[in-house]
Amino acid sequence: MARRFIACLAAAGAALLALAALPALATTTAFVGARVIPVTGPAIVNGAVLVEGGKIVAVGARDAVRIPPGATIVELAANQVIMPGLVDTHSHIGEIAGADNSAPMQPGVRVLDALNVRSSGFKRALAGGITTVNVMPGSGHLISGQTAYLKLREATVIDDLLIRGPDGEPMRGLKIANGTNSLREPPFPGTRAKSAALLRQQFIRAREYRDLANSKEKGEAGDPRARDLDLEALAEVLDGTRLVHFHSHRHDDLMTAIRLRDEFGFRMVLHHTAEGWRMADEIAAARVPVSLILLDSPGGKLEALHLEARSAPALERAGVQVAFHTDDWITDSRYFLRMPAMGIRAGMSPEGALRAMTINGAQMLDLGHRIGSLEPGKDADLVILSGEPFSVYTRVQQTWVEGVKRFDLDDPDDRLVAEGGFGALVDDDGGNHLHEHHGGRQ
Amino acid sequence: MSSTRHASVKRAALLSLSLAVAPAFGQDIAVRAGQLHTGAGTTYSPGVVLIRGGKITAVGAADDVAIPAGMVVVEAPVATPGLVDARSVVGLAGALNQPHDQDQLERSAAIQPELRAIDAYNPRELLVDWLREHGITTIHTGHAPGEVISGQTMIAKTAGATVDEAVLRPVFAVAATLGDEAARGHSRTSPGNRSKAVAMLREQLVKAGEYRASQGAAKEQAGKPPRDLGLEVLAQVLDGTLPLVIEAHRHSDIVTALRLAEEFGFRLILSGASDAHLLVEQIRAAGVPVLLHPTMMRARAPEVAHMSFATAAQLVAAGIPVAVQSGYESYVPKTRVVLFEAAMTLPYGLDFEQALSLVTLAPARILGIADRVGSLEPGKDGDLALFDGDPFEYTSRVIGTIIEGRQVSDTPR
Repeated sequence: MARRFIACLAAAGAALLALAALPALATTTAFVGARVIPVTGPAIVNGAVLVEGGKIVAVGARDAVRIPPGATIVELAANQVIMPGLVDTHSHIGEIAGADNSAPMQPGVRVLDALNVRSSGFKRALAGGITTVNVMPGSGHLISGQTAYLKLREATVIDDLLIRGPDGEPMRGLKIANGTNSLREPPFPGTRAKSAALLRQQFIRAREYRDLANSKEKGEAGDPRARDLDLEALAEVLDGTRLVHFHSHRHDDLMTAIRLRDEFGFRMVLHHTAEGWRMADEIAAARVPVSLILLDSPGGKLEALHLEARSAPALERAGVQVAFHTDDWITDSRYFLRMPAMGIRAGMSPEGALRAMTINGAQMLDLGHRIGSLEPGKDADLVILSGEPFSVYTRVQQTWVEGVKRFDLDDPDDRLVAEGGFGALVDDDGGNHLHEHHGGRQ
Repeated sequence: MSSTRHASVKRAALLSLSLAVAPAFGQDIAVRAGQLHTGAGTTYSPGVVLIRGGKITAVGAADDVAIPAGMVVVEAPVATPGLVDARSVVGLAGALNQPHDQDQLERSAAIQPELRAIDAYNPRELLVDWLREHGITTIHTGHAPGEVISGQTMIAKTAGATVDEAVLRPVFAVAATLGDEAARGHSRTSPGNRSKAVAMLREQLVKAGEYRASQGAAKEQAGKPPRDLGLEVLAQVLDGTLPLVIEAHRHSDIVTALRLAEEFGFRLILSGASDAHLLVEQIRAAGVPVLLHPTMMRARAPEVAHMSFATAAQLVAAGIPVAVQSGYESYVPKTRVVLFEAAMTLPYGLDFEQALSLVTLAPARILGIADRVGSLEPGKDGDLALFDGDPFEYTSRVIGTIIEGRQVSDTPR
């Protein structure tokens, strides 16, 4: 009875949701006249992108796309560019909180429980053309918690931002780190070998936990232990339903991450990868994608001493799938587009640089079928630029998320965020939380 | 484009080999560039610079300036004056970010003007190499912001194996700080807030005035007060011999800096100045130059949260002398590069020449070294940065750096 009542409620809820979505469904917008860069296909001069109900329904030459009567026309100039919304595979916007100082491994901690949806960080990201972001806890731990994949929709509560998978659960990963960031006083590890030993031990526990849980499901003698949220998250990693985002810089640390992956069989993206240029062939052979950061200079900590932009072309040439990330606040989301330009400077192909901002990151987050390119059926996440994507003279003019305009340079409030100035970074709840940082070291 | 790039790089490599056996400075060399930006408002396409004995002897259109037979010629698609970083800590702050390579800030006391930059500058620091490879030939570096008076600054070329070889001005200024970091970024009891920090600074400047008077009056007398290295330096600030570079970001701190300069009559140079866009008229009226924060400074601390990418354009429009600095970074990346910082002013209101000036002639003038560097003009040092395209596009590369006629980098960056 109770179950049926709940089912009724759920049905009513679904109906309400459908009703709420109706106006959006009715909205048809045609972006015409600009150069369209679909990323997964050749650029189209004087192109058109037709959007309906938050989805892309057509992409092509302007005269080849039939625009239905009543559609809102966004007329653009020939020198403007439309490209997919940028995907940031690693960011710390939203005043995230991950693990605390009590232990080096806290996989049960979730960033989605502490995000401030009114943080100015989301506005900065939109001003930079970012529409999808993997928000991560910091890296001062071996396991600093669960990440959250977010769409930068208008948000009142965290649920408004979450991207849900086919099972209805929020899509997310797990942040693991090695190298120098998590080396601290006990109970944290003091050496690299200890770091690996602690991780290995924890994964072995998780494997036992999962095996017991599985045997319980099969009706065998059950596990007497209580549910363990930390081990549960790691069991999902072992099952492949939760992706590992592995912070790693130095050549040997990269290999340690790959070794652990091989031993426990989890799915992994390497993050930062300062010395990727030294290990391109090894990373390619291991078939691990890389979420890369490029910075203005090397150093600042020992493991970043050999961080150089040449990782981008080296990994690309070796056949590694490469995406870029802001690591905001390490680099500001507002000028995310300068990072691929630095990759090109070091020898990356412009095509590879475009993919590294869009489809590659989307695929790394298991979202390649929904975002990352301008193709019919995908979410209408797009950016309008004043010119070439990789020119310093170019500005982000508009950012659209699922068919809704979320940033407009012509809007004074949005312009203030994009350019800076008095009050630019005050959060929607009236505060200014810039000085707060709970995530540990990036 | 790419064949040009490789050709010029190869030539550069050959050149550096041939120069390896030559004396360190004072070379004879010609630079021929597809576009030669002199930094003094002229662009020659193509253009030629002749350098003899490390000094520029001729600059002009390639048709007008004949390259003497036998002179070594370096070619590049684009050339500019060697870039000038208006305010850095590189050489005192190193890339490792370990205690042993962080000499930019001494936290034992609030006021230590006697700390000299040349006693801590490491000319072989990796980050000096990094800046040089990005076309930066001159840096104003030294003690970092963070204490009320953190020490002295210096000006150096980014070449030279010892500080003596590198240095252009062993003492340029005294570095002071107003705001949160100086008021409470330390672990001492005092200062504990902004008023106290300013009171301490004022008190020390008053003492320096008295010290200066007593040194003068007590000449030849037995009762002459003992020599005080700190007060001696501050007396030079009061004399106008050394400027006081005050790091101030919040509008109220900028106003305090202007008030102190008015009260004591020292030469003020504002540094950082996040909120300068709110005080354009006041800064212009005071005739104070600004070493503006890096355009991409991380706006994390509350006192820098109101920074704007458009501030450089606003200050330039008001006629205020303004340069862009690389500033101080406590974490990755350990230094910024003024080439990239000036580039980021372009989408926010400055044109190419104005942006170039932020990292060439404008800082040279503010630092009082425009007779040596900052533009390509006869008589100045033969310092150039070579590029394979628009210097400010991130997709272009620096393909060579020349300091006083010597090619000091051929690493494409």
